[in-house]
Amino acid sequence: MKDSVIKLNPVSMMKNPVMGIVEIVTLITSLIVLGDLYSGKSFSYDGQITCWLWFTIIFANFAEALAEGQGRAQAESLKKNRSEAFAKKLHADGSSERIPALQLRKGDIVIVEDGDPVPGDGDVVEGAALIDESAITGESAPVIREAGGDRCGVTGGTRVLSGTIKVKITTNPGETFLDQMIAMVEGAKRQKTPNEKALNILLIGLTVTFIVVVITLKYFAGYMNVIVGISTLIALLVCLMPTTIGGLLPAIGIAGMDRLLRHNFIATSGRAVEAAGDVDVVLMDKTGTITLGNRVATDFLPADESDKKTLVNAALLSSLADETPEGRSIVILAKEQLGVRGRDIRAPEGAIFFPFSADKRMSGINWNGHKIMKGSSAAIHDFVISNNGRVSEKIQKITADVSREGSTPLLVAEDDKVLGVIRLKDVLKEGIKGRISQLGQMGIKSVMITGDNPLTAATIAAEAGIDDFVAEAKPDIKLDLIRKYQSKGHLVAMIGDGTNDAPALAQADVAVAMNAGTQAAREAANIVDLDSNPTKLLDIVEIGKQILITRGSLTTFSVANDVAKYFAIIPAIFVTQYPNLSVLNIMNLSSANSAVLSAVIFNAIIIPMLIPLALRGVRYKPATASTLLRRNLLIYGLGGLVVPFAGIKLIDLIISSLGLV
Amino acid sequence: MLQVKRAVIVFVSFSLLCGLVYPLGITAIAQILFPYQSRGSLLISGNQCIGSELIGQMFTSPKYFHGRPSATDPAYNAGGSAGSNLGPSSAQLLEQVKERIAEMRRENGLSPATPVPADMVLASASGLDPHISMRSAMLQVRRVAGERGLPEAEVELLLRHYVETPLLRMWGQERVNVLRLNMALDTRGNNHTIN
Amino acid sequence: MIITDLIPVLVLPCVLTVLAIFLGEYMAKVFNGERTLLTPLLNSPEQFLYKIFGVNKNDEMSWKTYSWAFIVFNIIGIVALFLLQILQGFLPFNPQKLGPVHWDIALNTAISFVTNTNWQAYSGEQTMSYLTQMMGLTVQNFLSAAVGIAPAIALIRGFARKETSTLGNFWVDLTRSIIYILLPLTLIWSLVFVSQGVVQTLHPQIDALTLEGQKQIISVGPVASQEAIKQLGTNGGGFFNANSSHPFENPTPLTDFMAVLGLLLIPAALPFTFGAMLKNRRQGWAIYASMLMLFIIGVGLIIGTEVQGNPLLEKIGVMGGVNMEGKEVRCGIINSVLFAQSTTATSCGAVNSMHDSLMPLSGLILIFNIAIGEVIFGGVGTGLISMLAYAVLTMFIAGLMIGRTPEFIGKKLESFEMVMSIIIILSPALLLLVLSSIAISTQAGLSSLNNMGSHGLSEILYAYASTAGNNGSAFGGLNAGTLFYTLTTSLAMLVGRFSTVIPALAIAGFLATKKIVPAGIATFPTTGVLFIVMLVSVVVIVGALTFFPVLTLGPFIEHLQIFAGKAF
Repeated sequence: MKDSVIKLNPVSMMKNPVMGIVEIVTLITSLIVLGDLYSGKSFSYDGQITCWLWFTIIFANFAEALAEGQGRAQAESLKKNRSEAFAKKLHADGSSERIPALQLRKGDIVIVEDGDPVPGDGDVVEGAALIDESAITGESAPVIREAGGDRCGVTGGTRVLSGTIKVKITTNPGETFLDQMIAMVEGAKRQKTPNEKALNILLIGLTVTFIVVVITLKYFAGYMNVIVGISTLIALLVCLMPTTIGGLLPAIGIAGMDRLLRHNFIATSGRAVEAAGDVDVVLMDKTGTITLGNRVATDFLPADESDKKTLVNAALLSSLADETPEGRSIVILAKEQLGVRGRDIRAPEGAIFFPFSADKRMSGINWNGHKIMKGSSAAIHDFVISNNGRVSEKIQKITADVSREGSTPLLVAEDDKVLGVIRLKDVLKEGIKGRISQLGQMGIKSVMITGDNPLTAATIAAEAGIDDFVAEAKPDIKLDLIRKYQSKGHLVAMIGDGTNDAPALAQADVAVAMNAGTQAAREAANIVDLDSNPTKLLDIVEIGKQILITRGSLTTFSVANDVAKYFAIIPAIFVTQYPNLSVLNIMNLSSANSAVLSAVIFNAIIIPMLIPLALRGVRYKPATASTLLRRNLLIYGLGGLVVPFAGIKLIDLIISSLGLV
Repeated sequence: MLQVKRAVIVFVSFSLLCGLVYPLGITAIAQILFPYQSRGSLLISGNQCIGSELIGQMFTSPKYFHGRPSATDPAYNAGGSAGSNLGPSSAQLLEQVKERIAEMRRENGLSPATPVPADMVLASASGLDPHISMRSAMLQVRRVAGERGLPEAEVELLLRHYVETPLLRMWGQERVNVLRLNMALDTRGNNHTIN
Repeated sequence: MIITDLIPVLVLPCVLTVLAIFLGEYMAKVFNGERTLLTPLLNSPEQFLYKIFGVNKNDEMSWKTYSWAFIVFNIIGIVALFLLQILQGFLPFNPQKLGPVHWDIALNTAISFVTNTNWQAYSGEQTMSYLTQMMGLTVQNFLSAAVGIAPAIALIRGFARKETSTLGNFWVDLTRSIIYILLPLTLIWSLVFVSQGVVQTLHPQIDALTLEGQKQIISVGPVASQEAIKQLGTNGGGFFNANSSHPFENPTPLTDFMAVLGLLLIPAALPFTFGAMLKNRRQGWAIYASMLMLFIIGVGLIIGTEVQGNPLLEKIGVMGGVNMEGKEVRCGIINSVLFAQSTTATSCGAVNSMHDSLMPLSGLILIFNIAIGEVIFGGVGTGLISMLAYAVLTMFIAGLMIGRTPEFIGKKLESFEMVMSIIIILSPALLLLVLSSIAISTQAGLSSLNNMGSHGLSEILYAYASTAGNNGSAFGGLNAGTLFYTLTTSLAMLVGRFSTVIPALAIAGFLATKKIVPAGIATFPTTGVLFIVMLVSVVVIVGALTFFPVLTLGPFIEHLQIFAGKAF
């Protein structure tokens, strides 16, 4: 509340031209009231109008202050951990020094050990550690961050649980993503987004129109022998001006940023958030976004149907030494099928393990002179042949079938004999299908990028409901793909985390980087997802759309309100001289003064009444554009037409029964 | 500067094309194809031009059908067309109309309560309207016939002969050309006296 | 009123639509430089003209060059027409020996005809020599129409093209407008007019001796040729003072029909040209349908108010209170108001009845038609331009309400487009309010009034609406020949014209550089009923919000008073 009064400073008011002009004309009516006081005239009417005009401005400022306050609180809570932190800065000679985190500069290297807070945003340059990011993301499971690769980014405010890492600080204090975000919710430093600017132009256009209408009305009325008081003219002007949207516009933008923060996004530009509403193509990596990231064994397909147990046993034994996720999934599935639980399985005595290696593409065990191996179709092929065996036609057929279905076949062999096939399947993330179909409903085309062969890619795409995919993709294909879509006029969103994603992120219109991703990726992006959850893109799109819809709806509402205000005020001004005009007084307001005052009061209190809507945003449900528009036009257009008639009438009843006029 | 020079050339070329070639060309074609119309649909009697069949004339004599009130100065000034431009709430207009109504009723022997057709008491747009409505003409038949000593039926028959109908019965109004009707009356009248 | 009286109201839109589709498609071909029916006949004259002009028809212009050419050409037109009027006394084709036109009238007239307004602060038959009528006024009737069409075509190109900085060539568009479109059409119209009795002669005025033996001087002149382009080019400046109510300009119902059809034709065809050049014909239909809807609503209202009659007249004995003041018998009520609606909906301004004498609410509708910016078909070219500016505004709001940054036909709408659209829509409207308020509160303004009370306010309002909207029709009672009015209306006409065309070219220039966003299910289809209804609503609401108070004080109070039995 205090902020809304501080904001009355005319200089800061002019940043919002609509409300700035309201303030100027309100000052004029205030002077008139002072004049009335001085000359001892009755100032009840002028005074009440002036009072309500001031309320109009304060309500508008209050809306902005409220939104700012919420945003700041959100950001401050994220920031708090860090400002109090200390850092162990590493000097070139290897010695370290304890300094406040705020003194860190870009390029400094700090050591972070068990239990230390990470003092600033940066990249791990040495070591690996388990980090608790719950302070930022709210996610309790700790994550691993290590030097090199795509999981090297750390954020200030998080805490190392175990391990020691050297972190190269990548941002100066005050320039971190969080700081940028805070700047975006603070009115004073806030840059207007392009769409806000365009809307402001419309609002200024309307304001200028009404200024001209009201000033010229004085002369037209004069010709018609009616003298209209300045206060009444100003009341008319303020009522006609788009004060509802003008007052709530900053709050809508700030509240949008708040909502982003609450979803654990940090946006570096308002433009990106608005553009998110327009995105019509999304590029997604298959791994980690659409699928769990690892293939999982789902079936054992024995060569000989009666001997399935042998196959399962063999698969289990040969996979014990396979530490890859695929290998572990085979162990889990096998245990399940054999009915053994927990850690009952122990490696047989005297067995020799052949651990999985990427170049051999096999793992296995040598036990009692038998070699039991599991691996890719080609590797097992070679293995069996080297043991003078051969792969039976049945196995070949099963292998081919599994491949055709888009899964990956692994073969299990004992010496010269192939026992059967393990089916490895990509498993979709939970809920991904629903989210992708929601994207479709929003008119957003989803494109999956994968290194898999086209067959596998097609299977996954079909299963997840993806519109299009690029198979056997090399890393640099993303950039080309984005350019291709953009040249056709599409707006492309992309989610990335790796260093080699950075160029594509920089090219994309909406680029979301995982917080866990590399610094390069984060810098190229314009939105950072603190949760590192790629499916949350949908939330960004929704928030972007909500901001725009709220602006549009309130503009419509504001303009539609003018109709009723005209019907209240115009007959009120002229009815004494031209009694016939009472036909326009369709609300049957009690008196001329009451009509004007009721319109002004309605105009003022509609602002605080709409603050919750401005902060929450107009509800958005994926639907076709026409449906959305029809619905919003009905609510805010037609509603804007009708509501003030009822509202003004009601206020008129109240103030006339209170004897205020 | 290039565009300025070009603009002058374009302007002069089109001035010649649209300002001389076109109107003079149309004039030439019109004079050949429609000599009567293009020269003003003039009615000639002997060597004297009586007027144009499209341009109304002032008739005050009771033996003629009267045309519409004209707001030009003087009335039916075909060198300076104009309407009254009086608005529908003009007291001046109401005064004028009251007078015309009284005059109309007096001339044609109508009772004081009879409503008068609008076209007879309200001024035309051009001040040169050559037409009146059928109803207005019918109201004058008795007077004209009486003045000329003709049977009303004969005048009415002549009148019906000069009724012009709307285009394809839908565009425009049914109307009577006052000048042509009066000329016809004169011709008929002359014949009458001769016979 | 009998139901058959309404047949013209139904026939006109049908005939208009059919012809507009054909003409619209034809114009698209013409401006795309494709082969048309008339190409074999007109190609060599076209090439010949380019040779004289030193124009290479493939030279493309940026929006700035295009605007510059437009401005220069208009200035030359104003200067030339001004000089022609001042010097007409020394020049040929002046059988009536008319002297020089007074400077302020000459300036007003020059601006008026160059800006396609054709506001006439003079009486044609008594002021202008035949040479001035032909070489000055007729020429500008063509040129002002052609330079109106050209920027509209440039704007269409701005929407249709992508990632380019050019909009076509002004001289080429101008030339094609004249020789492929205006001249062929005027040829047809002129001959129909002449056949019906519209005069076309270089003879001086005719001295007649009336049946009652009085002298009658009958003005004639090369009327038909000018009449044709006056209607087709939405110019509206009559050869005679009484304009299309004069029997020599509009002698029969057929000429009346052709006149109304002519003034609507090109503005109605341009939306189809838009659709064809955009290769999105449904879009052209949507714009056309919006215009037609506004037109029909207006016709309905104006017939309603005018047919109701004037109770003041009925009371004193006029049959049915029929308001025949300022109307011709051959047109009657229906065709008079249909003409009035058409001429104010387009920026034509020709009249076959005196608008000053229409019922107050009819006058209100006419003022509204003009004051919303001449978008119901509008002027040739400028009508489409202004309607597209409204469409930009509409789609800005609509875009927001569906949660996308706004776009229209695949072009993103940003601050620049908003600024320019708002200038196009609001500057004539605001200027007309400002100038009217000055006129209404000064002696210079009030002394020209012919009617008092609210009707006087309407007269002034109409004058500035008409000039700022480049319409040219008038509540003729106002004496527009005073220095105050010649200068203020000149200003209104200049602002009305240039604040429409130059921002439109700027928009075109910016849009042309943009990509075209492909339509999907999240984009709002701008070809459907919802778009049409929304566009129409935006036009009406913007107009209503701007003019509610002043129209209440003017025509509406007059209406209430008439029905309360009060006169002034």
